[in-house]
Amino acid sequence: MLRTQLLPDFSIERDDSRCIRCQVCVRQCGFDVHRYDEDRDIILSDESKCAGCQRCAVLCPTSALTISPNRSSYAANSNWTRERISDLKRQAESGGVLLTGCGNDKGYPVYWDHLVLNASQVTNPSIDPLREPMELRTYLGRKPRKVEIANAEECQRDPLIKIETPLVFSALSYGAISAQAQESLARAAKQCGTLFNSGEGGLPRRLRKFKDNVIVQCASGRFGVEPEYLSNSAMIEIKIGQGAKPGIGGHLPGEKVSKKISSTRKIPLGTDALSPAPQHDIYSIEDLRTLIFALKEATNYEKPISVKIAAVHNAPAIASGIVRAGADVVAIDGLRGGTGAAPKAIRDNVGIPIEMALASVDKRLRDERIRNECSIMAAGGFRCSADVVKAIALGADAVYLGTAALVAMGCTLCQKCYTGICNWGICTTDPYLSKRVNPDVASQRLISLLQAWSLEIKEMLGGMGINAVESLRGNRDQLRAVRLSDWELDVLGVRGAGR
Amino acid sequence: MLDLEAMNNPFGDSKVVSNCSIFGMMEMSGQPVEGGSVVEAISNMKERSNGLGAGFAVYGCYPEHQDDYALHVMYDSEEGKELTESRLSQTFEIVGKGEIPTEPNGTMGPAPLLWRYFLVPRNCTTDESALVADEVSRINDGIKDAFVFSAAKNMGVFKGIGYPRDLAEFYRLREYRGYIWLAHGRFPTNTMAWWGGAHPFSMLDWTVVHNGEISSYGTNRRFVETYGYRCSFLTDTEVVAYAIDLLVRVHGLPLELAAQVLAPPLWDQIDVMDPGRAALYRSLRSTYAGLLLNGPFSVIVAREGEMVGLTDRIRLRPLTAGIAGDRLYLSSEEAPLRLVDDDLTRVWSPQGGVPIVGRLGEGVSYDYP
Repeated sequence: MLRTQLLPDFSIERDDSRCIRCQVCVRQCGFDVHRYDEDRDIILSDESKCAGCQRCAVLCPTSALTISPNRSSYAANSNWTRERISDLKRQAESGGVLLTGCGNDKGYPVYWDHLVLNASQVTNPSIDPLREPMELRTYLGRKPRKVEIANAEECQRDPLIKIETPLVFSALSYGAISAQAQESLARAAKQCGTLFNSGEGGLPRRLRKFKDNVIVQCASGRFGVEPEYLSNSAMIEIKIGQGAKPGIGGHLPGEKVSKKISSTRKIPLGTDALSPAPQHDIYSIEDLRTLIFALKEATNYEKPISVKIAAVHNAPAIASGIVRAGADVVAIDGLRGGTGAAPKAIRDNVGIPIEMALASVDKRLRDERIRNECSIMAAGGFRCSADVVKAIALGADAVYLGTAALVAMGCTLCQKCYTGICNWGICTTDPYLSKRVNPDVASQRLISLLQAWSLEIKEMLGGMGINAVESLRGNRDQLRAVRLSDWELDVLGVRGAGR
Repeated sequence: MLDLEAMNNPFGDSKVVSNCSIFGMMEMSGQPVEGGSVVEAISNMKERSNGLGAGFAVYGCYPEHQDDYALHVMYDSEEGKELTESRLSQTFEIVGKGEIPTEPNGTMGPAPLLWRYFLVPRNCTTDESALVADEVSRINDGIKDAFVFSAAKNMGVFKGIGYPRDLAEFYRLREYRGYIWLAHGRFPTNTMAWWGGAHPFSMLDWTVVHNGEISSYGTNRRFVETYGYRCSFLTDTEVVAYAIDLLVRVHGLPLELAAQVLAPPLWDQIDVMDPGRAALYRSLRSTYAGLLLNGPFSVIVAREGEMVGLTDRIRLRPLTAGIAGDRLYLSSEEAPLRLVDDDLTRVWSPQGGVPIVGRLGEGVSYDYP
């Protein structure tokens, strides 16, 4: 094999005065970067294999390792950047589609960073969440247009799902992530009174006890979809699209389809798990309606049905169709949404930012007077509690957290999820690697994350003089924009700061 | 309508803000009474207003026309008056018409032309009140220089620029009797003083006086808009009026439950209710989530035969209730009650979120429904 022309992405510096040859780095690296040479009693490192995940640096007991971006560079060029040149060389060597993991890392505008929040001064008081009640509870699902008091229970025919905080874990499927990681999400969701999403890989029998806290997905591969799967859930989500790869299906390579995954996904051992790009029984909105009601029939109308789409150009019209087709929840996944594997060209170029999609969908549903007939969930790169508050002010009922939850468990966004090797034990099914996620520890880290964000959301609500999250929903008066042009203000429905 | 944008929201703010004093008196026997004590009471809270708006609503003030719709209209020109009258005569028989009697006292600025009409709908086969509401919005939206500021049976709103006592004298309120009197002194911070922008705000026979600044305004406005209301004043008071109209007139909720939508119990309180009641409250709160009025407010709402007072659920704005015989008082402060009535048997500060409802012939209810 010819030697690769690629420059390594990372440099590895080992402080030999600190290294005690304990070989933790050797054992921790699933990419086999480090190797102990017994004869010379030194540890050698192959930088070309390094993903920059920082596992070795964090676990090194003497902090002997520094992993940093490789300083070698090509001649400076604004068009032909190092990333472009590397990608070209990689393709020239492989002839294939470039794969990647995690969310879009390009410098598209992050509109959250152009929106600022309001706070109360003088004419109305702010509220201290440490002294006063502050409510984050939200009910997801379809509400009636009016309440008939004579028969209130009858008039709320459609099931509603209670969440105690507007933070829900995004779809992360078993197979893409390890059993331990999925169990950690389940336990944290239960503890915090919220939901996790099974993703499209089915739900291991072991996790059926979390049925009140799971959104089960029905995606194009229909993996693991059977009556018990559907009925052991809080909600069912039809996955049409994913923000990281709109219009693209999925592919779990056969090598990852172990015995457990095969039995959970209901596919033969060792076969590729292929999720077609479209659902082959949904080629139109009326087909979607058929599936929505098939799922409702199958579960005795006891489960809200969510339909998840990637944020694309005509998201408002699609969302309107979804609500009219009978869905109870519309989930929208934006341009920066994560993935376990996607073609790099798709991840980096297809879709629109969640802020724009959310604002325009919320507005369209209001204009059509059907906003109250569904809940909106927003997904795609929520980094902090302030992003969540801004999303709710733009119209979201709740927010899906994927990447943030992974980072809480250990992920460092090295983007190598598609390799099946994850030194943090999250995005892998390798038993040696995956046992690195201890559900006792990881679930506690997730609980802490939800708790911290919930507290921060309460602080921001209180500052605005609001003590229930529903009073922020769609309350764009609480937002102002900085450094945005007129069309952006128009789409977001937000005034410029000072106006 | 008069140019709302320029008059009401001259600075183009996202919302028109004001704070105020509010006062309500109801004679629950239905016996019409003079409003002198109401004028005294609201004037006692002069510091809560700044002279940029005040007004009164009087229920039962036109007994001789009790079956006719009384329209109070302000005009900026004779032309506006002519257009309005020709419009009105197409839909209604005008059974009474005249200038609203006034007595300019020199302390106030120029007033618009103020006229009132007593109307009987011609050939109305459908809902009479919907017809009247329609006609009012047609005049207010379509005729420049005309603004209808009250349109209901046996009820009138009297409002304008000045302090409450100025307006009471100007409109010669000592000549009226009513069984419900609402009064308002306004402290606006970002609106030009114009007569139509003063309160009480009225819609059909609803009138609302309100003190507060609702932080959920954006959510509330968008919610009522999805039910077909159009918010043109951009005030909290307007959105409260539409919310109550939607809940009570359109959706048929009793006032007490409507109040529980505007200022609902906490989820923790709902969770421990008996199952039937919890289901009702859960339904109300999740269905009408967009109508929760969040932030400080106290409000008095009246319609024929009913008056209700309510503060936000954590009671960030004051409201005092008082009872003297058949008489129910609601007030921003306690002092005015003590000033005008020596026979009070009970005076109290209602809990946040608990509506105080006075009903003709039934008395007061002041507990969670």
